Amino acid sequence: MRHSTRITVGPVRFRIGSDWRAPIAALETLYADYPGDPVRPADATVRLFAARPWRRWLRPSVHIGGDFIVPDALPLPLSMGLLAAEMGMNLQVALGWRRHLLLHASAAARDGRSVLMSGISGSGKSTLAALLGESGWRLMGDEFTMIDPGSGDALAFPRAVSLKNEAIGEMAARVDAARLGPLLSGTPKGDIQHLIPRPEAVAAMHEPARPALLLFPRFGDAAAIERIGEGEAFVRLTEASTNYTALGEAGFGALTRLVRTVPAFGISYPDSAAGLALVEELWAEAVS
Amino acid sequence: MRAVQHLIDLLAGRCETATLSARDWEGVIGVARGEAMLAALAHRLEDAPLPAPVAALFFDARAAGAVATKQALWEAEMARRALASERIEFILLKGTAYAAAGLSCAAGRQIGDLDILVPVHDIGRAENELLEAGWEWVKSDPYDDAYYRDHMHELPPLIHKTRDRMIDVHHTILPQTHRTTPDPLALVTDAVMTESGFAVLAHADMACHSAAHLLADGDMQGGLRNLWDFHCLTRDFVAADPDFWGRLDARADKHGLRAVVHRAARLARDVFGAALPGDWDRRDPRDRWFMRRLLARDDWGRAGDFALRQAFYIRSHWLRMPPQLLARHLWTKWRRRGAR
Repeated sequence: MRHSTRITVGPVRFRIGSDWRAPIAALETLYADYPGDPVRPADATVRLFAARPWRRWLRPSVHIGGDFIVPDALPLPLSMGLLAAEMGMNLQVALGWRRHLLLHASAAARDGRSVLMSGISGSGKSTLAALLGESGWRLMGDEFTMIDPGSGDALAFPRAVSLKNEAIGEMAARVDAARLGPLLSGTPKGDIQHLIPRPEAVAAMHEPARPALLLFPRFGDAAAIERIGEGEAFVRLTEASTNYTALGEAGFGALTRLVRTVPAFGISYPDSAAGLALVEELWAEAVS
Repeated sequence: MRAVQHLIDLLAGRCETATLSARDWEGVIGVARGEAMLAALAHRLEDAPLPAPVAALFFDARAAGAVATKQALWEAEMARRALASERIEFILLKGTAYAAAGLSCAAGRQIGDLDILVPVHDIGRAENELLEAGWEWVKSDPYDDAYYRDHMHELPPLIHKTRDRMIDVHHTILPQTHRTTPDPLALVTDAVMTESGFAVLAHADMACHSAAHLLADGDMQGGLRNLWDFHCLTRDFVAADPDFWGRLDARADKHGLRAVVHRAARLARDVFGAALPGDWDRRDPRDRWFMRRLLARDDWGRAGDFALRQAFYIRSHWLRMPPQLLARHLWTKWRRRGAR
């Protein structure tokens, strides 16, 4: 393809090709300080392309393709090329990765152990992970966490954090502006701005962390904690995994081990401070 | 060199893995994924020296392939249980058959739907039993449904409501309206039982079906994988039975598939280096177009050569339907597109 770059996030190396320079340039800025790995071939390919040659210039719209595609996925305007790249990368991991059990969950680590947070879009899992990443924790990822079926460890996938809507202001107040990507306003998911994880989190991205706490956050209600049983945690996580079925017995083994060895809680919280306090409180209990 | 050329050279054993650069490998991986052959390639190179990241990815691909094969065989078992009460016998076709028979091309072969062959007089009962066992119709459109029943070689596709897996129930191996009509009775009569307890086509029929699937049924999308099937099947069958080519010739004649099977053999020679006996080892200038179609994928894994793909798409319809029916079919499809 005309323009391309390669990025390693956690265990996955991507090759991203594009008909336009802009999305590649934006990626190269966001991922400038990620470890380069020039002799390593990519595991997954993302393609950002114009469906018709003239759409490269005329009302340019970015289609998302790659090794795996979602038929009938709508294209994005070129101004949202970075979001298209992010969606393309997520898609390849969600549909193609088989080495680990993939959970749609954010994660952060402290002292070699990790907290996993799983929830639907808007639950605040991304924001909580980003906040933890700024308060003494190692951010492991805001979107996917991988569980190694052999060891049971969690592996990081610390892509640039995709901050949405209110979370943008919340984080912008706490971090150096140089760590923020361009503001993408009016996307199908609202306003989006990417946050580059702290250098320590990127440097440690290959270090596994044994899961110690499993949370299902829900943003909006009064602060509350609800214990979640093994069975329910198991079912919720099968729904949060894109490759549970494809992994067969290995996936079942990894997931049963996770829910049997790690306490799970649902938490509701009205604001970030309350959310962080709940995580710290449950963490202290879990690792004691 | 082009990634697709690397892919076929690696499969054919014409190329040393050590000569590929990192960039070459990612091209090969992308193209192999595009052709649904990553796990097949991973098996082919299981003992070859590989860069560590490629070896790890291939290990994943083989493991995922093993799970997928197990799931496909389980689906066959589900069909067996559904059809057992009415004593309806069926024959496994394509990927699931290769896996059930333990054939070498099953290693890492992607299996999509479960394809079974049922004698035509049992087709109605088979449909009823499957519906009772939880399969449902996918096509709700009456035209499509009627088209399948009147002209195709299989029932409208059924999907299982809880396992979400598709079954194609065939009563022969090419559409009824196709220019070539193989003999389904011979296919059923000569089917053989595998150790796993499932019936599969006899060797020569299996090769005939593989060639028909590659060249006579469809627009050759995924053709490289189908050609790999044909290549592995014939190679293994010849190794076990030196007279196999002769047997295949006779059988292809019976099904009206002589030209198709011979072309498949020549393509297996040209793409994967298959060794052919003298009377098969010919040249046909038209093979060039099939070759180009098979290799129409660029280094980013994109299907290339738009015009050629279109031409093969049109050819697939031309083979499948007599002109009058084709005209009516296209007219109906076009009108419906307008209505949507």
